[in-house]
Amino acid sequence: MSLRLDHLSVDIAGKRIVTDVSVAAENGRFTGLLGPNGSGKSTILKTIYRVHKPAAGRLLLDGADLLALPARDAARRIAVVAQETTSEFDFSVREMVMIGRTPYKRAFGADSEADHAAVGQAIQRVGCGHLTSRSFNTLSGGEKQLVLVARALAQGADHLILDEPTNHLDVRHQVEILEVVAGLGVTVLAALHDLSLAALFCDPVYILAAGQIVLGGPPASVLTEQTIRHAYGADVLVVPHPDTGQPHLIPRRARPGGAAEHPSLDIRDTNIPASPKET
Amino acid sequence: MNVRVRRAPSARPEARTRPAERVPLALVLGVWAVLLVVVMTFGVGVGSVGLSPPAVWHVVADGIAGHPENTVAGIIVWQIRLPRVLLAAVVGAALTTAGAVVQVLVRNALADPFLLGVSSGASVGATAVLLLGVFASLGVWAISAGSILGAMAAMAAVFAVSRSGRGLAPTQLILCGVVMSALFESVTSYLIFRGNPQATQSVLFWLMGSFGLASWNQLPIPAVALLAAMIYLMAKAPALNALAMGADPAASLGVDVRRMRRNLFVVTSLMAGVAVAVSGVIGFVGLVVPHIVRLAVGSDHRRVLPTGVLFGAAFMVLGDLLARTIVSPQEMPIGVITAFIGAPTLIVLIRRRRYLYGATQ
Repeated sequence: MSLRLDHLSVDIAGKRIVTDVSVAAENGRFTGLLGPNGSGKSTILKTIYRVHKPAAGRLLLDGADLLALPARDAARRIAVVAQETTSEFDFSVREMVMIGRTPYKRAFGADSEADHAAVGQAIQRVGCGHLTSRSFNTLSGGEKQLVLVARALAQGADHLILDEPTNHLDVRHQVEILEVVAGLGVTVLAALHDLSLAALFCDPVYILAAGQIVLGGPPASVLTEQTIRHAYGADVLVVPHPDTGQPHLIPRRARPGGAAEHPSLDIRDTNIPASPKET
Repeated sequence: MNVRVRRAPSARPEARTRPAERVPLALVLGVWAVLLVVVMTFGVGVGSVGLSPPAVWHVVADGIAGHPENTVAGIIVWQIRLPRVLLAAVVGAALTTAGAVVQVLVRNALADPFLLGVSSGASVGATAVLLLGVFASLGVWAISAGSILGAMAAMAAVFAVSRSGRGLAPTQLILCGVVMSALFESVTSYLIFRGNPQATQSVLFWLMGSFGLASWNQLPIPAVALLAAMIYLMAKAPALNALAMGADPAASLGVDVRRMRRNLFVVTSLMAGVAVAVSGVIGFVGLVVPHIVRLAVGSDHRRVLPTGVLFGAAFMVLGDLLARTIVSPQEMPIGVITAFIGAPTLIVLIRRRRYLYGATQ
């Protein structure tokens, strides 16, 4: 179970959006794809599920050419949870999860026992059993994402692609969604916006800027102040997370008058007089 | 139209894995099939010469057996009313199906089968036949031929201009459909402006839709088109559900979105084009009926499509019945009736519950 992007380049409308990107999502790992808005994260992910075509490079699923697989077969291996979407049509939660069985449906085929079993199991694993008879459109953003994870599970795939699934969610649901996904034991490739959240769940992480990989590796070595400044053009403070020791990012104000300009509140300054042991 | 069953909360969590939220499809289809037969029986029985339902079925049974009655009632039923009612049913079903599919294709609840320029193209063809005598050698088939050709030309034009790098994208499709419709409508207006007043009268009547010219000859083509389209759509219903999620989710579910959109475009345009060719431009059915059906049975197209066929057929037969009885002995254009029934129905449904593209609380 592995998904590799091998020197992938993607053009959209004649313009190169992604250049020579190599990323490996290895068996059972939660791989993070990070980068500023417009850096090509979504384009890369959409190329994997055939919205875009690669201009160069290869996509390898367990070492074999992914795009050589029929679309249905690929969908049985790789499922996608994207940003919270509004469906204009009224589907119940159960029907929504059943749509995950689309790549298994034959012409005129009714829902089979296997379909019902997969749907029931997916709902149970995600823990959204209390929602099944609700209308999808009446759910909260967090509940919707849970159901979409269930739909991806019902797809029976062993690879999961997440395209900023935690956008617009509150902090509880952000963690809940990623925790559920991390507990599934599938290979995950996730584009995430929140770098601190990514550091909590992902290893390795890759940072993209302007369609190219800037750096890839364990979060502790990738998410540094220098890399963030280079990729995002933003000044942040990186501190170790008290629980995990993984990097945690603290944004800083850019304009004069911000807290960082005030000497007594500058964390760097307060840290400079180090403890006596270190001197 | 609340057909959803509220279930008591189940004590055992595993009981929740049963698919029990919706009314069984067989029951829905059974009820609507019975209602359709009842409505059709009335459609055949009511008129200048009234017939009781048993009498209607007697004549129909004789007709099917191959020896139609030579009585006045027999001729009225077999030669005039029955083909008319059947044609109304087929056209109603075709427009409903086309409407339901177009709404998925452009992901817009305000879409109807005529959005993609089919009706305005057909109008140009029919107007050219009626006013300029194009295809005069085809006799009674001239209007059908003209409107079919017009519909196909409009379809090809909309298809050509709305193609882009990613196939038929919804917004582009809507805009191109609206623009091309406006263009074709102005051609129709020009033809009417140049034509003679008597012929203009018949053009206007045609534009508002009517089953007044129905005959057995007209039935096979729309019936076959509807049947073929339904076979294709039912086979692709799961992919249609996936496409209702949007293009990218559909792609991630293994649907070839480009090809699917192209096929849906052709299928709906053909159905709408054939319907327009035999009955003129009958508005509102393709917009309103799919909404009512979605409210009743949800959005799973394996349920929506067959229910829509029965409901759309019954709706149109009833509309035609009203069209020829309200101001009898004159006949009202059926487009007037469908709008009069359809618009208030939709408004009531929208206001009765929170309603968004078929979403219910």
